[in-house]
Amino acid sequence: MPDADGDPLGGLPATDFPPFTLPGGVHGLAVKPMSTSTDTITGIVESDYKYGFVTDIETESAPPGINEDIIRLISEKKKEPEWMLEWRLKAFRHWLTMTPPAWPKVHYPPVDFQDIIYFSAPKKQGTGPRSLDDVDPKLLETYEKLGIPLRERGRLAGVALDAVFDSVSVGTTFKKQLGEKGVIFCSFSEAVQEHPDLVRKYIGSVVPPADNFYAALNSAVFTDGSFCYIPKGVRCPMELSTYFRINAGKSGQFERTLIVADEGSYVSYLEGCTAPMRDENQLHAADEEGKGGIFNFVTKRGHCKGRNSKISWTQVETGSAITWKYPSCILQGDNSVGEFYSVALTNNYQQADTGTKMVHIGKNTRSTIVSKGIAAGRGQNTYRGLVKVQKGATNSRNFSQCDSLLIGDKCGAHTFPYIEVKNTSSRVEHEATTSKIGEDQIFYCNQRGLSTQDAMNMIVNGFCKEVFRELPMEFAVEAQKLLGVSLEGSVG
Amino acid sequence: MTQPILVIENLHAGVEGREILKGVSLTIHAGETHALMGPNGSGKSTLAAVLAGREGYTISKGRVDYLGKDLLELAPEDRAREGLFLAFQYPVEIPGVNSTYFLKAAYNELQKHRGEPELDAADFLVFVKEKVKLLDLDDDLLKRAVNEGFSGGEKKRNEIFQMAVLEPKLAILDETDSGLDIDALKIVAQGVNKLRRPDNAQLLITHYQRLLNYIVPDFVHVLHDGRIVRSGGRELALELEERGYDWLTQEAGAPGK
Repeated sequence: MPDADGDPLGGLPATDFPPFTLPGGVHGLAVKPMSTSTDTITGIVESDYKYGFVTDIETESAPPGINEDIIRLISEKKKEPEWMLEWRLKAFRHWLTMTPPAWPKVHYPPVDFQDIIYFSAPKKQGTGPRSLDDVDPKLLETYEKLGIPLRERGRLAGVALDAVFDSVSVGTTFKKQLGEKGVIFCSFSEAVQEHPDLVRKYIGSVVPPADNFYAALNSAVFTDGSFCYIPKGVRCPMELSTYFRINAGKSGQFERTLIVADEGSYVSYLEGCTAPMRDENQLHAADEEGKGGIFNFVTKRGHCKGRNSKISWTQVETGSAITWKYPSCILQGDNSVGEFYSVALTNNYQQADTGTKMVHIGKNTRSTIVSKGIAAGRGQNTYRGLVKVQKGATNSRNFSQCDSLLIGDKCGAHTFPYIEVKNTSSRVEHEATTSKIGEDQIFYCNQRGLSTQDAMNMIVNGFCKEVFRELPMEFAVEAQKLLGVSLEGSVG
Repeated sequence: MTQPILVIENLHAGVEGREILKGVSLTIHAGETHALMGPNGSGKSTLAAVLAGREGYTISKGRVDYLGKDLLELAPEDRAREGLFLAFQYPVEIPGVNSTYFLKAAYNELQKHRGEPELDAADFLVFVKEKVKLLDLDDDLLKRAVNEGFSGGEKKRNEIFQMAVLEPKLAILDETDSGLDIDALKIVAQGVNKLRRPDNAQLLITHYQRLLNYIVPDFVHVLHDGRIVRSGGRELALELEERGYDWLTQEAGAPGK
């Protein structure tokens, strides 16, 4: 174990927490489990997952499994330059030497990585749509169902949306307005083609391929994602957002997102993930994990390199069988600020182990953590957070608040705060509460004409308010809807 | 005589095998205000809870007819949507849920039920502000979370405010006067009086006759040991204030206190 002070980013045993090697960056990875059983297990799922439709669009998929040929295929399909392929292969070779982490407080059957489809794309895509008008109307319909009408949303909300449908980004709005400011916001594939120098410079600089098991796998097979570059001194004129959408059955979605905010710039980026439910996943899930069939393993990291820089993470996690996610901030520049706002909801047999890491390195650095965990059904919700204040990070402050809300008596909430302070001028505060939705609250709402389900949603949303108010209005509304969907069937 | 809003016939109900209501009968017509009085433990709040549909009560006998419907067959939210309102003795806090948002949701449930269009946020705000004015309440109420951090008096006032917004056909006020100082009591009473109309009715549940100085009832009933042992006009309340409950309970042949 390296000395914590000598190695500013080490200090926690790898068995306790994801290993922490180099600073910065953003990755996404979601792995879907494969189904093995075809038994009929209706009745297990108490209510339909509203976003569980599957869009009827022909897809082109690679055969299941992972090997160097598949990676070559992905790279070839995406017409990538040689260096990109080499980068992927190197990550893959490293991944082969690694094993999945065992420390999170989640339980799941071993994932057979050879039974996952690593590439799936809508067939009609050709060279890719040039504008929204070229986008398959069915895709647009899918987004409508999710409550994200691309055109309306963009126009009304002033949000530039890079919509990722399975593996191919289908439409990027507001590119022009962004372009005028010098902001690049496009799909990762496009960035590799059109801005290869930038991509090559920054890819893996924050989360290197060897960072952890899933980061390595992602590096090898990532199929698309978003790329964003904000030049020096530019304030990005609108909220950026990517909606990841897992559609094709049995396919993994391997997203990689890279956001580069140059000196003195500002950007706000939102990412949402909903996934359709398929019978096969439900069947698979019925014996152990319940109805959420998506495994969600994510590495997200932000690096505040310059003075006075700020990174704020806001996440809403729901819908996955297993969630394992720790958006982190490395506060290296003096006076830099890190924030983490999180809502994680687990229902049925879902498990979430999520939290953040705030590593204070620079002087006068500040961090805020607000985590709201909701457990319903037999859900298990774990907050795991590290606040680490280095010796040189004098006069630093952290405030953490971890609240848990329990619905019913078969679920669980757990809090694991890790706090390390290496100087005397810094202050770290941690508050935690656990509460239960009371029958009194539900009855009170019923007596005002609200159904029990609506009452539950309202109480849960009230509980999450401190996080939702960090979201722009339209996303807050979406997040509320999402929680509502996830809570369906949680009323006993 | 108008069509009754509520008809309770020989209602028996209890909790965990213990019978609390032992044959309550009561009829309330539109335009009437009834006061239900009685000593502690006589079953007043149980009656309110059973009428509103709170879980955990067993109804062993009797029936309740509400506007021609079998009330006991309806889910609590459907009773509310049919215009039955309970002002809680202990209003519940719902942290983080804005009062206006909460009320809008409740109001729109009623609108949906009546087949009327729902109000959007802007129209609703105009509508509630009128109600706030009507009851001389502080606008601030609309911005706060439902009952969160409210004083006892504020909570009770908030109940009456909700009642003003939801305009129930039958309002049951469960010990709304308890814990109120005289000023708060006057505000609450004024509110209730303003909401009295020929087409609605109120059932005031109270231990003390004090409230009835401000809300003058048409009928007063005394509940004792799960039965209404005496009914009368307003003068009955005054008599109770003078003589206490004992003379009635002894008359009723029940064990005294």
